[in-house]
Amino acid sequence: MVFFCKYMHKLVTLAGVSLLLPLTSQAVDLMPVIPKAKGQQCVESTDKMRRNHMEYILHQRNDTLRKGIRTPKYSLKKCIECHNAPDKDNRVAHISSKQDHFCSSCHTYVAVKIDCFECHADKPKKTQYHPTSREGH
Amino acid sequence: MKQDTDMNRRRFLGQTAGVAGLTIVPGVMLYEVQARPADQAASSSVRWGMLIDTRQCDTGCTDCVTACKTENGWGSTETKSSPEQQAQWIRKVKLTDKQTGHVQSLPLMCQHCETPPCVDVCPTGASMKRADGIVLVDKHICIGCRYCMMACPYKARSFIHEPLTDQKPHAPRGVGTVESCTLCVHRIDKDGTPACVEACNAEGHKAMYFGNLNDPDSDISKHLKQHGGEQIRADLGLNTGVRYQGL
Repeated sequence: MVFFCKYMHKLVTLAGVSLLLPLTSQAVDLMPVIPKAKGQQCVESTDKMRRNHMEYILHQRNDTLRKGIRTPKYSLKKCIECHNAPDKDNRVAHISSKQDHFCSSCHTYVAVKIDCFECHADKPKKTQYHPTSREGH
Repeated sequence: MKQDTDMNRRRFLGQTAGVAGLTIVPGVMLYEVQARPADQAASSSVRWGMLIDTRQCDTGCTDCVTACKTENGWGSTETKSSPEQQAQWIRKVKLTDKQTGHVQSLPLMCQHCETPPCVDVCPTGASMKRADGIVLVDKHICIGCRYCMMACPYKARSFIHEPLTDQKPHAPRGVGTVESCTLCVHRIDKDGTPACVEACNAEGHKAMYFGNLNDPDSDISKHLKQHGGEQIRADLGLNTGVRYQGL
């Protein structure tokens, strides 16, 4: 009987693990893959940036366009230079790439549409798009 | 009326300051002309302008147009638009006197008016004039109604009809918005010169001058004082920032 109990216990655990495995892998697939930034430290802490980045760049856009204030701190150009940095072949991701572009990876996950890149460059100056990253184009 | 009063006051203050600066310490500059710091807003003490000497402008030359296209990334990007729809921030215009056969050539772009009609008609406030006289479109709030295109006497503005990719980081432009010459505002903010003027001078044509119209010691002001400069459609009283010689 003791032997049976031990056996059952193992069996249940095994079944549990085998049931959980596909669930976990699915959950991992759903999470956004955030590409790593070039720099060591962002202009604000991660939690502040996650909550308030839209406010920072909204404020900056009005200052820059209407007053000509071009401080680099909350500049969208600087965000892109750091967060969509080129690889060793000087290639970067296109905004339509839901996996590889810093902005679209998260915005696809949270289903918030952004139109910044209808006008703004989605890559730093003098870089090429990665050939595999231009999905749907 | 209010605006006129303000402008007169500004002119008066500017002139007084200029005279004071000269009389207090003759021959010594009280301040050095430097690039405006990045955190400081553009000031109305400056008015950026351009002077074009049509006598030096060759009929076949398009160096200024090419430089503008390269700098701001327009021209070859709108592949699906018809030629009438494609952007033209600056174009070469040829004038022929039918009586005498005399031909003149000149570049025509946004004239950066002191009282811009495009700003008057804009329903959202997207069409705007910066403190230093540069007329711009705030594409964040432009709804693409194109009233400004109708209002502009110089046909200086274009509408983007198709989605664009691979824009220049310093010159954002996109579908559904209106655009025009920015006087290379991104260069001016770093104490630079517009790409067209730079190209014209680099090639040795010397048909374009750029500078501060409010500063009597700037090259452009000296040229204007000595040789004069006409406005295109001066009858409209827009006080354009772009002036022409030899028309």
